[in-house]
Amino acid sequence: MPSREAIIDAPASEAAAAQHHASHPGTSNLGDRLFNSTLWILGAMILVVAGLIVLNLAVAARPLAKDHSLWGFITETQWDPVEDRFGALTFLYGTLVTSMVSLILAVPVAIGLSLFITQFAPPKLGRVLTMPVELLAAIPSVVYGLWGLFIVVPWLRASVEPWLGKHLGWIPLFQGPPIGLGYLASSMILAVMILPTIVAVSVEVMKTTPEATREAALALGATKWEAVMMTVIPYSRAGIVGAVLLGLGRALGETMAVTMVIGNSPQISASLFAAGYSLPAVIANEFAEATSSVHVAALAGLGLILFATTFLLNAGARVLVNAVQRGPRRVSG
Amino acid sequence: MNLHSSFTYRKVVDRGMALVCALFFALAFIPLLSVLWLVISKGAAGLSWSFFTQLPKPVGEVGGGVGNALLGTLFMVGLACLIGLPLGVGAGVFLAEKGDGTVGRSVRFMAEVLSGVPSIVVGIVAYALVVIPMGHFSAIAGGVALAILMIPTLARATEELVRVVPASLREASLALGVANWRTSIRVVIRTAMSGIVTACLLAVARAAGETAPLLFTALNNQYWNTDPRQPTASLTVAIFNYAISPYDDWHAKAWTAALVLLIVVGLLNIASRVLTRSRLKGAR
Amino acid sequence: MKKLMMGLLLVAGSSASAGGLLINGAGATFPFPIYSKWFNEYNRLHPDIKFNYQSIGSGGGIKQFTDGTVDFGASDAPMKDDQIAKVPDVVHIPTVLGADVVAYNAPGVTGLRFSPATLANIFLGKVARWNDPAIAADNPGLKLPDQTITVARRSDGSGTTYIFTDYLSKISPEWKDKVGSGTSVNWPVGLGGKGNEGVTGIVKSTPWAIGYVELIYAIQQKLPMADLKNKSGSWVKPSLESTTAAAAGVQIPDDYRVSITNPDGKDAYPISGFTYLLVHRDAKDKAKGTAIINFLRWAITDGQGLATALDYAPLPKPVQQKVLKTVETLTVQGTRLSAK
Repeated sequence: MPSREAIIDAPASEAAAAQHHASHPGTSNLGDRLFNSTLWILGAMILVVAGLIVLNLAVAARPLAKDHSLWGFITETQWDPVEDRFGALTFLYGTLVTSMVSLILAVPVAIGLSLFITQFAPPKLGRVLTMPVELLAAIPSVVYGLWGLFIVVPWLRASVEPWLGKHLGWIPLFQGPPIGLGYLASSMILAVMILPTIVAVSVEVMKTTPEATREAALALGATKWEAVMMTVIPYSRAGIVGAVLLGLGRALGETMAVTMVIGNSPQISASLFAAGYSLPAVIANEFAEATSSVHVAALAGLGLILFATTFLLNAGARVLVNAVQRGPRRVSG
Repeated sequence: MNLHSSFTYRKVVDRGMALVCALFFALAFIPLLSVLWLVISKGAAGLSWSFFTQLPKPVGEVGGGVGNALLGTLFMVGLACLIGLPLGVGAGVFLAEKGDGTVGRSVRFMAEVLSGVPSIVVGIVAYALVVIPMGHFSAIAGGVALAILMIPTLARATEELVRVVPASLREASLALGVANWRTSIRVVIRTAMSGIVTACLLAVARAAGETAPLLFTALNNQYWNTDPRQPTASLTVAIFNYAISPYDDWHAKAWTAALVLLIVVGLLNIASRVLTRSRLKGAR
Repeated sequence: MKKLMMGLLLVAGSSASAGGLLINGAGATFPFPIYSKWFNEYNRLHPDIKFNYQSIGSGGGIKQFTDGTVDFGASDAPMKDDQIAKVPDVVHIPTVLGADVVAYNAPGVTGLRFSPATLANIFLGKVARWNDPAIAADNPGLKLPDQTITVARRSDGSGTTYIFTDYLSKISPEWKDKVGSGTSVNWPVGLGGKGNEGVTGIVKSTPWAIGYVELIYAIQQKLPMADLKNKSGSWVKPSLESTTAAAAGVQIPDDYRVSITNPDGKDAYPISGFTYLLVHRDAKDKAKGTAIINFLRWAITDGQGLATALDYAPLPKPVQQKVLKTVETLTVQGTRLSAK
């Protein structure tokens, strides 16, 4: 942009302008330039941070490439520090199972909750109601882990798992001894932890539904619920999917709470009662104490997989959410 | 099917679904109340002066406190702020001021995506970046990890807050002949300042609650430590270690430490809320 | 905010110098109770010297010592030759003896005992129920419930695991073939707990669980421990005496890297081992090196008195003499430290 100073100075004689610049030798220009370049550097820091993450993970994981192919690493189930043979499959499995089950538990609740806040509750109440959801998001994950370990796990062991085993035991998901620690415990705690993420984004997205569309549906004689199903849901569908993906990203990467309740047992089991292991949990448990360089590299490799997965998920989710949020501005504008 | 019954049916569905949504709300409330109630009821008994001022006792001996962990958390969050706040806020101002080009858009997208990176991954990065070159675990490594976590979220929050400053304010300043950069700093950023402080408070609250990135960066320390080059205890790692131990005394300490952590995080959240509210009032 | 930071920095600057000497160590959880007692006691005697010890597991102790991230390491597993090749100046200093016990949580069942084969099969997952004929054969007359056994074992690199798997490899060819011995192994079954603390926690809170932990962890938590059948065929209770008996009959090599699992001797408990501090033969840092040597002198002599109170077996007298001689060969910046 041409300097506004120049426009203001225009009526003055050139000499005066020269004098002015001589007495303040380019303060504003220099200031602008300094300010601008500082801003650019600070903005670039975000990209630098991203670069640092990728670079450091790749360097740390490199020794793994010597005797493990990527495909071999992902499909191998052995995790054998004695023989230096490492495979990620059991951890991938545990991470996927716990995340999926937590989504199954959390998504219906989250969408219902978001609809309640945005559509059914009076607007004032809706604003108050977001408070407890934000509180859920503010609780540190280690506190969830503590709660999970001492409250949820014993409850699952004593009541929920025996009950499920008795009544639904014919499904492989609910077979085996009720230990408490395991996939089910992790999934339940993850469900609580990702709920606020999904709700927060869903609420934002649902709010962008043009009021006129919904009112039109109501005017045509639709009930409130029908109006929601006809307008709010289709309008914000992509954004809700994005919200769910963000929640999934959080579930995949959650470390402490899962480490404390999943049982840390590298095995693939059909039963939700069984103990398992997840990508973040194995990194948390073994990284500081892995002895061989291949072991460290394998853990860094798990970190790289985790990073790549959550990166892609978040990127996809952002594209969806941004598209929906930008939508109404275009419509109304 | 006659119209009347179908209308009743539709009415019932409408009421029913509204009720289901309300029930889901109640369902989401249960874990929140359970966590808060248990942390308070199990943690409150352990609160005492010595809990905040003493060092942990050797294994198996009852008593002692987590003063070193409390200090360690403050210390590392402080270090993280030194690095993370300027960079995060700065990147946010960049996004608000220059964020409309291709570079700006990609930076914004990257910040959004990075804010979802699992904290354990950042722990590995800080280990490779700081612990290995320095040769040992340290508070600074923990601080760097927390700072990396802070930057993207803070950048996005700051951008939002700087962007809500009315364009008319900026234009008025420019029209008075104030240079671009002075306008940005004196008018725009100053107006957004209370909002930026809010964002910083939330970033600090989040950092204080992180555990995973500290496990193999700051490690732990049984003593008071304020040397950034030395391993350092933190409240969150203490909760983790105490929770998975077999000692009843340590379990009790984990609950009390969790209560302290929740109070700290809660106060920061409340402070940010109060700031936001007063700002909104001011704007009206 | 700015003021707060300045304050923090000031605090950082001032107390770093006033804090005295901080020596960092990390490793085994097996001796953590005695080490934390020792370091606490030593700090009381020498307030200017602080040992910060983190019990992250023997595997971690070896790694962090090798990487140079700590001033000393601790491990229950002697370092392997290829590990020593990376830090050739490492010296193993045995500090105390400990025993791995098989702790269980079986409501209503007490006085369990296991033969070597049964024990191996439980951890191989082949004996999976409490009323398995193999357990019944070891425990005639004991009423065993029809419940699934939940095996608990370490999730981290651990010397306790090393001692346990070293024993299982000696008595079970199948174990040796399938799993082997090491600080962390590829477990056929089991819940993973972090540290002896974690495994004890799982056994304590999970009915029908069984796991291996250091003696003191089981005693402190009042968990029942199984008697084991030793090499000479007699049933032995885990105790200080039976642990000391295990070390008595073993020839100790000069680098102390020796396995004492499955020893001869009628009263010897079969799963025990030395636990070591790992130090450099020559310390680069004068103050730290001096402090470490002085601490070792104290730990091997006066410190031994604290061991029995925490259910560790002190070093047998001849071993103690030998270790003291080794400590005197350690140097600081190339020179030996004169005895006080």
